[in-house]
Amino acid sequence: MTEEIIIAGFGGQGVLSMGKILAYSGVMQNQEVSWMPSYGPEMRGGTANVTVIVSDNRISSPIINEYDTAIILNQQSLDKFEDDVKPGGILLFDPNGITRPPKRKDIKVYTIEGAEEASKMGNPKTFNMIVLGAYLKLKPIIKTENVQKGLEKSLPERHHKLIPMNLEAIKVGMEKVSEF
Amino acid sequence: MGELKLMKGNEVIAEAAIRYGCDGYFGYPITPQSEVMETLMLQKPWETTGMVVVQAESEVASINMLYGGASCGKRVFTSSSSPGISLMLEGISYLAGAELPCLIVNVVRGGPGLGTIQPSQADYNQATKGGGHGDYQTIVLAPASVQEMNDHVGLGFDLAFKYRIPSLILTDGVIGQMMEKVVVEDQKPRWTDEEIKEKYGDWATTGKQKNRKGNIITSLALESEVMEKHNIHLQKKYREIEENEVLFEEFQTEDAEYLFVAYGSSARVCQKAIEIARAKGIKVGLLRPILVWPYPKKRVSELADQVKGMLSVEMSAGQMVIDVKLAVNGRIPVEHFGRFGGIIPSPAEVVEALEQKIIGGK
Repeated sequence: MTEEIIIAGFGGQGVLSMGKILAYSGVMQNQEVSWMPSYGPEMRGGTANVTVIVSDNRISSPIINEYDTAIILNQQSLDKFEDDVKPGGILLFDPNGITRPPKRKDIKVYTIEGAEEASKMGNPKTFNMIVLGAYLKLKPIIKTENVQKGLEKSLPERHHKLIPMNLEAIKVGMEKVSEF
Repeated sequence: MGELKLMKGNEVIAEAAIRYGCDGYFGYPITPQSEVMETLMLQKPWETTGMVVVQAESEVASINMLYGGASCGKRVFTSSSSPGISLMLEGISYLAGAELPCLIVNVVRGGPGLGTIQPSQADYNQATKGGGHGDYQTIVLAPASVQEMNDHVGLGFDLAFKYRIPSLILTDGVIGQMMEKVVVEDQKPRWTDEEIKEKYGDWATTGKQKNRKGNIITSLALESEVMEKHNIHLQKKYREIEENEVLFEEFQTEDAEYLFVAYGSSARVCQKAIEIARAKGIKVGLLRPILVWPYPKKRVSELADQVKGMLSVEMSAGQMVIDVKLAVNGRIPVEHFGRFGGIIPSPAEVVEALEQKIIGGK
């Protein structure tokens, strides 16, 4: 199994940390992982993306030009990465703020109302975990217990009290993901 | 033993140096390598191993602090990125001239000038052909994974002390910024002056002893005869390193009809390109120099008898390709493919370049 993922959106949405939790979770179940961020003068409100690869085998390149799954959280990223999803692959997006939705017919497209569900939960910071939950429903490559272990490993101890809320958000994402 | 972690390449450089028992770090921040000093400042090794960490006032100051530390036989290192390394070159030439062991990390960014903060491999010539003034070489390690970022800290120091020569880690923002699994080694103690003397000889300026003449560390010799003798000695040492320390890795070369030659992050892209090309029926392999100086010229030359053409893939306008061409010596076509200015070539582009420049061009 090799899963090549791009997560893209605005800086501040938790794009990089979502990727980090995914990568840590992969390590927890003894898989090979790579986490390659776009880095640079990015800041809150600018664009940010990260390529995460989780595999049973040695990972050749952390830099890739097509993806099994694209998790898209703003219009600019949709415009940029829609064409790079492999035929038959998955595109998951949050329709909030999307005015030109995806057009491709040769991939599977799903939506998650991440921003809306996060505000329903009363904490906008759960946004990225809701999206992660939606992804894990579509591609159950990581067991929930390993996501929990990944959270424990990637969050500093003083934030461990937030883990139950994060796991709840993942559950919400799993329930609310729907076909586009 | 060791410990499994998920870390960025830059963070691992700092972690590995502390665990190796490094004595000091002197640096000045620059993207994309600032995590090296950030990690050191977070770890506070001065409270545990006694390692010194100094943010100097400039790159020029850092490299001269390194000269001072290395003169005392201490295991010291610095890190910077391209424009910062250019500022250090005078000091690196002095370190090479005075035969001082040390470790210098260059997380290369796109140039020339202030350039971009995105990854590049355009400092290959600067790193492998000396860089500063005078006839000198440094050992140049080219890690292609976060694990190698860890391993090359120890290897770099070991080679530096074995030959009394600066070692340089030549990497870029891809390897520096990405996270991968890495096994870091258990904490080793820092060496005492006595241990250094025992292992590598009594050359350092650790205080004059009654029973010997004072040790002098200098790169200056005003008499030409003395300076020529010193140069001959340096060149002999460089030939010895070329003989003994070549290090490379091969991927799917056994049945290869074509060959990629690439180091560092480009070698990772080439491994994916091999997957794509082989799925199309193109038998291509990869030679990855792990050290880019000394260069694996013999192996490149041997492979020229086997394959029909070679493509040197670099994030530069074509620098390493000259070393490949020298080794091949005109026997088969050798071409270069690269993106520059901070653009990383995609695996698909690399395959396309192979098809157009080598397979189509034969």
